[in-house]
Amino acid sequence: MALLFAILIAFILYPVLRVLWIALSDETGNLTLIHFLNFFRRPLFREALWNTLVSGLLVVVFSGLLSLPLAYIIARYEFRGKLLLQTAATLPLVIPPFVGAVALQLILGRSGMINLLLMRWFDATIPIMEGLAGVVLVQTLHFFPFILLNTVVSLSNIDPSMEEMAQNMGCHGFRLFRRITLPLMLPGFVAGSLLTFIRAIDDLGTPLMLNYNNLLAPQAYLRITTVGMDDVDGYVVCVVLVVLSLVSLLAARKYLGLAEYATVQRSAPVTRRLQGKKAFLVWLFCGAILGVSLLPHIGILLLSFSKVWSFTLLPTTYTLGNFAEILFRAPHFIKNTLLYTLLAAGLDIILGAAIAFLLLRSRLAGRNLLDAIATLPLAIPGVVLAVGYLRVFHGWDFPGLGAPLTSSWVILVIAYTMRRLPYTVRASYAALQQVHISLEESAQSLGANRLKTFMKITLPMITGGLVAGGLIGFVTSCVELASTIMLVPRIELGPISYGIYIYMQSPLGRGAGAALGVVAILLVSLGTYLTHRIFGGRAGNAFRI
Amino acid sequence: MPPAEVKLDGIGKSYGEQWVVRDVNLHIRRGEFFTFLGPSGCGKTTLLRIIAGFVFPEEGTVYLDGQPINQVPPWQRNVGLVFQNYALWPHMTVFENVAFGLRERKVAPSEIERRVMETLKQVDLQGTENRRPSQLSGGQQQRVALARTLVIQPRLLLLDEPLSNLDAKLRIDMRIELLKLQRDLGLTTIYVTHDQEEALALSTRIAVINKGGVVQESTPRQIYEQPANEFVAAFVGKSNLFSGRVLQADERFIEVQTDDNLILRSASSATAKLPETGDAVLLSVRPEAMELKAACSTPTSPNQLTGRVAASAYQGSFVEYEIQFAGRSLKTYAVNPKGKALFQRGDEVAVTFAADDVVIVRND
Repeated sequence: MALLFAILIAFILYPVLRVLWIALSDETGNLTLIHFLNFFRRPLFREALWNTLVSGLLVVVFSGLLSLPLAYIIARYEFRGKLLLQTAATLPLVIPPFVGAVALQLILGRSGMINLLLMRWFDATIPIMEGLAGVVLVQTLHFFPFILLNTVVSLSNIDPSMEEMAQNMGCHGFRLFRRITLPLMLPGFVAGSLLTFIRAIDDLGTPLMLNYNNLLAPQAYLRITTVGMDDVDGYVVCVVLVVLSLVSLLAARKYLGLAEYATVQRSAPVTRRLQGKKAFLVWLFCGAILGVSLLPHIGILLLSFSKVWSFTLLPTTYTLGNFAEILFRAPHFIKNTLLYTLLAAGLDIILGAAIAFLLLRSRLAGRNLLDAIATLPLAIPGVVLAVGYLRVFHGWDFPGLGAPLTSSWVILVIAYTMRRLPYTVRASYAALQQVHISLEESAQSLGANRLKTFMKITLPMITGGLVAGGLIGFVTSCVELASTIMLVPRIELGPISYGIYIYMQSPLGRGAGAALGVVAILLVSLGTYLTHRIFGGRAGNAFRI
Repeated sequence: MPPAEVKLDGIGKSYGEQWVVRDVNLHIRRGEFFTFLGPSGCGKTTLLRIIAGFVFPEEGTVYLDGQPINQVPPWQRNVGLVFQNYALWPHMTVFENVAFGLRERKVAPSEIERRVMETLKQVDLQGTENRRPSQLSGGQQQRVALARTLVIQPRLLLLDEPLSNLDAKLRIDMRIELLKLQRDLGLTTIYVTHDQEEALALSTRIAVINKGGVVQESTPRQIYEQPANEFVAAFVGKSNLFSGRVLQADERFIEVQTDDNLILRSASSATAKLPETGDAVLLSVRPEAMELKAACSTPTSPNQLTGRVAASAYQGSFVEYEIQFAGRSLKTYAVNPKGKALFQRGDEVAVTFAADDVVIVRND
C-alpha cells in the first residue's frame, strides 16, 4: 500500500502538482494568478483556448451525427454482413490519428487525390484539410467509434419491455424514440462524447502533422520545446488543459451517476431482420460513412509502398524499399516499441491488479484516495505529464541509474505505464468484482489458505480481465505520441510513433514513415483483436468511461 | 367504456418449425378474472402478448368485443399490460410514468393531474409522485406499474406474472389487494402465472396450458377437485396417482384393480362418464383427503393401505408425511396437528380415504 502510494505520487500526482505550482507562483515563490492573467491577455492564447474548445465540440457534434444512426442500425437490425460493418466501425481506432492525418492529406489535402481531380475537372479545390477544419475532420474520423461503441452498448441494454410498455400506452414511431429510447440511451452517448472531447483536446499529433499550431496542446509543446523549460506560459497552458479535461471528466461522472439506468435485462434485445431493398439502403448508408472513415487506412497503405507520391493521383512508382528501411536499416523503432509497451503493459497489470485488490478486498483507509490518483491520468493530457516529468526528473541523477531519469528510455516506460494505468485498474476491478467473495470463502472453508485460494480460485478467474486490460494499455501505448516526442532522450531510443514523426518531417522520409504507420496499425489491430477474443461481445466496454 | 370480452379462435404461433401455441380456443367473458396457468415455456406469455399485439399469430383470430384485432397495432388496442419486471421508465418520476398514457391520449393537463393523483391514491401511493422508480421498494414499484395501466381505463387488463418478483409475504398481501381491486372495478382481466395457488385464489376461471395447448378450462374448484388429466392433477396441487383397470362399475361405485394389485373404490358421482369393465384408468387422491391411523391388524374398510412413515415435516398448520408402502410413496397431509400425537419416521400406519375423494383423471 505504501509502495503503491509512493509510486503513484511520484509519477502522477507530484509532477502534475509541480506544473501547477510553477504556473501559480512568481519568482520569489509566492502564490500568484499573474501568469493566468497574462495568458488571458494574450490574443494568441485566447485564440488557442477558443479554438481548442470549438474544435473539441465540433468533433463531438460530427462524431455524434455519424454515430447515432449507425448505432441505432447496429443495435436494432439484423442483416447480412452486419458483422463486417461492426468490424469496420472499430477500424478507425487502430490507426493513430497523426498517421491518419498524413494519409488524409494525401487524399483530401491541397494537392491530394480529390483536389487534383477537382482541379483537373472543375479548376477548383476544396480546402477541407486546411487549418482547424483539417484537425476536426481527422479527429472526427478517428474518434467517432468511441461514441458509436458506447451508444450501441447503451441501446442494447435497454430492456425491450420499456418500449413495449410505451407502445401498449399508445406511443409509437418517432415519438416513442424521443420519449423512451433516446433518454434511455443518452448516458452511453454522453459518456462516449466526453471521452471523445477529452481525447480530442489532448491530441497533439494531429495538429503537429497538419502544421496547425493554434491549439492548446501544440502551444504547450512548442513553448516548452522551443522557448525552453523555464517558460512559464507553457505551464499555464498545461494547467488550462488539465482543468478542461478534469472538468469534462467530473461532469461525465456526475451525469452518469445521476442517470444510471442500467436496466436489468430479462429478454434478449429485439432486433428486426432487414432484407431486400431496405437492407441495401442500410448498406449504402453505413458503407458510405465507414468508407470515408477507412480512407486514411488506404492512404497510408499506398504511401508505404510508394517511392514517389506528390502532385499525382496515385503513387508513380511502387517499392518495397520503405519496409526494408524500417525493418533492416532502422529496426530500433519497432524493437523499442515492443520493449517499452510490453514492459508498460506488464507493469500496468501488476499495479492495476494490486490496486483493484486493495479496493475490493481490503478495508484499508486511503484506498479511495489511491483509486482517485490512479484514475487521474484519464484527465491529464500526455503533454502535461511529459512536461511534469521533464521538470521533476531533469537535472538530478536517479539513484541506481547514475543519470537523470529523463536521459534514459525508462522514462518512456514509466510515462506509458502511468498514462494507461486507469484502464488496467478498471479492467481488474471489473474482473475481480465478478469473483464473488463467497467463491473464495468456500475454498477457504474447504481448507485452502489465503495464498492457495488466490492462486487457485481468484487468479484463474481474473486472468482474462487482467490480460485484456494490459492489451488495451499495449494498444494505446503503441501509438502514443504526445508524451513520446517530449520524453525521447535520443533518436535511437525512440519508438514507432516517434519514428513516424521524424520520418514525416521530410518529404523523402514519408514512405518509410508510412511503412512504420502500417506496422503500428498491424500491432494495434492484433491487440484489439485479442482484446475482442477475451472480452467477447463485451469488447465495447473496454472503451467506456 | 364497459369491460371487454375476448375470444381466441384457433390461435397458433410458431417460430420456425416449433409451435409455441397451437389451436387455442378460449372465450373470456366481461368482468372475468381469467388465468392462463402453466409451467414456464408452455406458451402462456406468448398468448398474452398475442392479445396485447406484440406477437402476431400465424393462425387464428383474436376478437375484442366481437371485432377481429389481428391487424390492429399495439398502440391502438387500448388494453392495459403490466409486465413481470414492471417496465417502469427509470428516466421519469412516478407521476410522469403514470401520466404517460394520458399524455399520449392528449388529455387536458388539469385532468391528467386529477386522474393520476386519484389512481395513485387507489393503489395507496400518495406522496411518492416525485420520486424515481429506483427509489421505491419492489411492492411500490409493482403498484406504480398497476396504476400506470389502470389510469388509462383500459378495456382489458393483462397481467404477466405481476407478483413473481415480490417476496413471499408481500406476494400474498398483494394478491388480496389485486383481488379486491379487480372485483371493485369489474375490469376484464387476463392473468398469467405459473403459481397454482395464485391462480386458484384469484381467478373466476382458469385455463391450464401445457406445451402450447389448453388442457383444461374451468373454475378453480373444478380444476382442483376434478382435474381433467394427469398433468393437471400433478401441476395444480399435489396428487397421489394410481393406474389400474376397472373391475366393475355401477351407479354407486367404480372398483379398480391397480397395477400393484390394490383394490380401490371411487364414487361414481365424481365421474362424468361411467367407465366400462376392463378400461385402463388413472386415479388421483389428494394428500389432504388421506387419513392416517396407527396400523391395525385387519383392514376394516376399502381404500385402506398399510405402510411406514418415511419422512414427516411439521409445517405448523399441517404435517406433511411421506408414507412408504409396497415400493411406492404416498404424500399425506394431517391438518391442524395442534395437541395431537404425531407419527415418527419408521412408524407403521394405516392410510384410509373416502371413495368420494378418489377421482378418475384419465380413462383410455
